[in-house]
Amino acid sequence: MNPEILFFFEVLIGGLLAGVMYSLVALGFVLIYKASSVFNFAQGAMVFFAVLSFVGFMELGLPFFLALLVTVGLMILVGMATERFVLRPLVNQHEDTLLMATIGLAFVLEGLAQLVWGVEVRRLDLGIRDEPIMRIADATGIFVSVLDLVAGLVAAVMVAVLAIVFSRTKVGLGLRAVADGHGAAMSIGIPLRQVWVFVWAAAGIVALVAGMLWGARAGVQFALVGLALKALPVLIIGGFTSVPGVIVAGLIVGASEKIAEVYIGPYFGGGIEGWAPYMLAVLFLMFRPEGLFGERIIRRV
Amino acid sequence: MYYRQAGTYRTGYAQDMRLMPLKEDRILLGLVLVIAFAVLPFTASDYWLSAILIPWLCMSLVAMGQNILMGYAGQLSLGAAGFMAAGAFACYNLILRVEWMPFPVAILLSGLIAAAIGIVFGLPSLRVRGLYLAVATLASQFFIVWVIDKFGWFKNYDTSGIITAQDIVIFGKAFTSPAEMYLVVLTITVLLTWAAMNMARGSAGRNWQAVRDMDVAAEVMGLSLLRTKLQAFAISSFYCGVGGALFAFTYLKSVEPAAFDINLSFRVLFMVLIGGLGTIIGSFYGAGFILLLPVFLNIFFHALFGKAVDASITSALEQVIFGVLIILFMIYEPLGLAKLWQNLQERMRRWPFKF
Repeated sequence: MNPEILFFFEVLIGGLLAGVMYSLVALGFVLIYKASSVFNFAQGAMVFFAVLSFVGFMELGLPFFLALLVTVGLMILVGMATERFVLRPLVNQHEDTLLMATIGLAFVLEGLAQLVWGVEVRRLDLGIRDEPIMRIADATGIFVSVLDLVAGLVAAVMVAVLAIVFSRTKVGLGLRAVADGHGAAMSIGIPLRQVWVFVWAAAGIVALVAGMLWGARAGVQFALVGLALKALPVLIIGGFTSVPGVIVAGLIVGASEKIAEVYIGPYFGGGIEGWAPYMLAVLFLMFRPEGLFGERIIRRV
Repeated sequence: MYYRQAGTYRTGYAQDMRLMPLKEDRILLGLVLVIAFAVLPFTASDYWLSAILIPWLCMSLVAMGQNILMGYAGQLSLGAAGFMAAGAFACYNLILRVEWMPFPVAILLSGLIAAAIGIVFGLPSLRVRGLYLAVATLASQFFIVWVIDKFGWFKNYDTSGIITAQDIVIFGKAFTSPAEMYLVVLTITVLLTWAAMNMARGSAGRNWQAVRDMDVAAEVMGLSLLRTKLQAFAISSFYCGVGGALFAFTYLKSVEPAAFDINLSFRVLFMVLIGGLGTIIGSFYGAGFILLLPVFLNIFFHALFGKAVDASITSALEQVIFGVLIILFMIYEPLGLAKLWQNLQERMRRWPFKF
């Protein structure tokens, strides 16, 4: 193959794989938004909190699976605490108020994680190799690692499960009802508290999975929070209410930022990656504010 | 008590339109201004002036800008630091490239430049709101800082990364001591606060609030959303730009893109949330609170352990405290410290009675 075309594909695939990681964070966000119409700004902080706790428990000497179990338990606790102390007092409030409360929550989680576990960068070894698979590299010249493949697979499975839960099960129906209106859902007997605890715990577990994959790649450190911010443009492009949209948008964001960096970046001294996704999101907002797959936003007086 | 509304009769339109109808308020304000202008510059130590009062005033201006956009016009923004950077670098370049440029004119122009940029980045607000808009303003935050960082012209091709801000020169006199700089900042802050208070209670402010409360309804009633929203963005960015320029010139004394990162934007957001959404005076409370909390934490730990604690611990603790406070304020008093102060005043008015 022509080396330039090959190089393009290499960049593209690198971007797509990075995009899968963004999708994983965005997924937890969509989960909460679809089920409670809360913009959970704290999802990135939850990723950081979850994986830092996981690594912390491992350092305390717990074996892998026990640490995983304890962290899952911890995330469920976080979900319950969030429902009790943040969401319950704010039922039926304006969604901007809830958004700001989750910004507060994000800071609490980030601060707590650093208070308890310290600020140094940690390595996370999942036992999955993050080196190019030589067989694929030899055959096609494209470098893909096992970790990339696992991340893609995990994302696909989670998206499939969530899509089915939302569209096919009774629980999913209840969640969508809550999203439409807290008061209305309560009045027809949907237990709002359990629904919220369930959703936030699920989002916490999604955050843990995303954090583990990211931590294995980039190390467990505070910079994860900044990376997680990139889930926001993913959401806007995919639409806040669409689970499959998140995956597609994640791939678009990942691929376009890498391609922009490699092909346009050199003319400006690089660093385009830092803002390209946000600009792309702004463009989308101008022409298609509901995102690729989102429900059309209708506002009435 | 000292605070009485009784006996305040308004006998003309001019009195009715006063910014402060209560005589007690006017006396209090006069006292504060006298202390700020005539007492503090001569009595406060250089540390207090340059490490606390100057950044407090600068950040109050920025918080005011954020408050106009968020508290009055209801447009959530996470880009305050970007506009601060725009103002700071505009001021640096104006003074650098135009020799005769007096400092007040440079400040005014850099505010206007920031306002122009704000209008461009405010365009998405015409179509989206809430978190959608926050993401769009994040774009402005990252993009502005990146542009300034990558195009050498803005930094005058300085490679060291630390650009010393020029001296403040007004009519041939250099304002270099902390007290002199404090007076410059104070004058600008007082003027802009006065302007903001009048805008907020005038037709501009009422239009913003109408858009905040329900933009569709406001449009149906004949308000131009385009004009109102972009006006809010422009004025907000103007305040952020002026605040940013003063922040860089009088507090940091250097102009560097790295100082205006996303964390600063979050701090500004917190100042508004804790100080009080939709109150001009709350910007001062919020800015003071956010700036002073680390100082108090340090003093507290000194008293508790007898020595300074690791900086990473205090900064993490700070984050937790900010976060908890924001959640508490959102739940119990969404209008922040300003409302708490107001409640206290009302209490004082009827003290010692309950009703």
